[in-house]
Amino acid sequence: MRKYWWKIIGATLVFYTIVAGLLMEAPRLAILNETIRALHFHVPMWFGMIIMLTASVIFAIKYLKDGNLKHDIYAVELVNTGIVFGTMGLVSGMIWANYTWGAPWSGDPKQNATAISMLIYLAYMLLRNSITDQQQRGRISSIYNIFAYATLIPLLFILPRMTDSLHPGNGGNPGFNAYDLDSRLRMIFYPAVIGWTLIGVWLTSLKVRYRLLKHDLEEESDL
Amino acid sequence: MFHQELTILKKEITLEWRNKTAFNGILLYLISTIFVCYLSFNVRTGQLQVLTWNALYWIILLFANINGVAKSFLQEGESRLMYYYTLCKPSVILTGKLLFNVILSLVIAIIGFVFYAFILGNPVHNIPFFLLAIILASIGFSSVLTLISGIVSKVNNSTSLMAILSFPVIIPILISAVKLSKQAIDGIDTSFMVNPLLTMAAIDLIVLTAAYILFPYLWRS
Repeated sequence: MRKYWWKIIGATLVFYTIVAGLLMEAPRLAILNETIRALHFHVPMWFGMIIMLTASVIFAIKYLKDGNLKHDIYAVELVNTGIVFGTMGLVSGMIWANYTWGAPWSGDPKQNATAISMLIYLAYMLLRNSITDQQQRGRISSIYNIFAYATLIPLLFILPRMTDSLHPGNGGNPGFNAYDLDSRLRMIFYPAVIGWTLIGVWLTSLKVRYRLLKHDLEEESDL
Repeated sequence: MFHQELTILKKEITLEWRNKTAFNGILLYLISTIFVCYLSFNVRTGQLQVLTWNALYWIILLFANINGVAKSFLQEGESRLMYYYTLCKPSVILTGKLLFNVILSLVIAIIGFVFYAFILGNPVHNIPFFLLAIILASIGFSSVLTLISGIVSKVNNSTSLMAILSFPVIIPILISAVKLSKQAIDGIDTSFMVNPLLTMAAIDLIVLTAAYILFPYLWRS
């Protein structure tokens, strides 16, 4: 109980957001109407993705500092989870956009930025697969990870804000920016973010444990 | 103070000068790409739409840069890199290489622009700002490509990896360069261009700083 309480919290929160996000009262806004409920399922994916990728960069920096292979494994698996979150966010966003904007892909700056960040992290995976030596792989892919993240910051946080976006809350669209995020939405949205992040950490920790066990086994068979 | 850096820069230029095939190769690549584009669009001079003109120019530049700048670490043998390692600090190497690559990238961009404008027409109204966009983009391109080429030189199958790794990272620079040069082409009031100009300079700064922080780790391996 002492060790896995946060997993229970994560699962409960996600379960709560699925039920409450679909059933509870939501504010009525023009254009968005009931699709405002996508906020509880689509936006937490981005929060999850950015949290995972940021954590991955932190582990990459740690790896460059001390060369501990465990940190490298953490960094990769966090990126993997980040890619899963990103894909889910992209797909859920495209389904929503198909009905709200009339097309799954409208070249919105945020859509483009996400597609690019997916490309970056898929390239990161490819880079890892093409190096055989473990230490070398860890170091070089950590360098690429940090470098890519540094260029991702303007892409995700600066450039989209300089152009108009179709997203709710941008460029005069009705929606939820910092000022009119309804308190009824907040009650579901924040738990959703926390819940999905915890689920992401859980997923990562499972994969990390698997990787570490595999690594140990390989070392044993080498001896 | 910059003695070592300048020596490396001089060495790169001398090498390039002695063995002109590499530079001429890039030049020929650039010119033939432009000519292929010209023929594929099947247009007379000055008929291309501004938007297409701009996008095409930057795409051609991007590919020429990847071919030209990418080899900065790839052409160095293992033993020569080892020799550098014993001689000086990683930041010195990076500065030398970077200076050379920025110059190379600038030369590519300017020759490309002249030839491109000659064949496909020149819609640019504000040439100083267009050149400024080219300079900022060259700095950004070469700092990304120098570091990525350092990464790729450590990996065995490196031909396609260069493009895969550098394209997504280069996109923020490319987007702002395209936007900036579009404004220079339209010749809008310069006061509107200060903001995108600063954004681009800031992105360059981020990329440069990241390259300087990370290069020593790359160098050590």
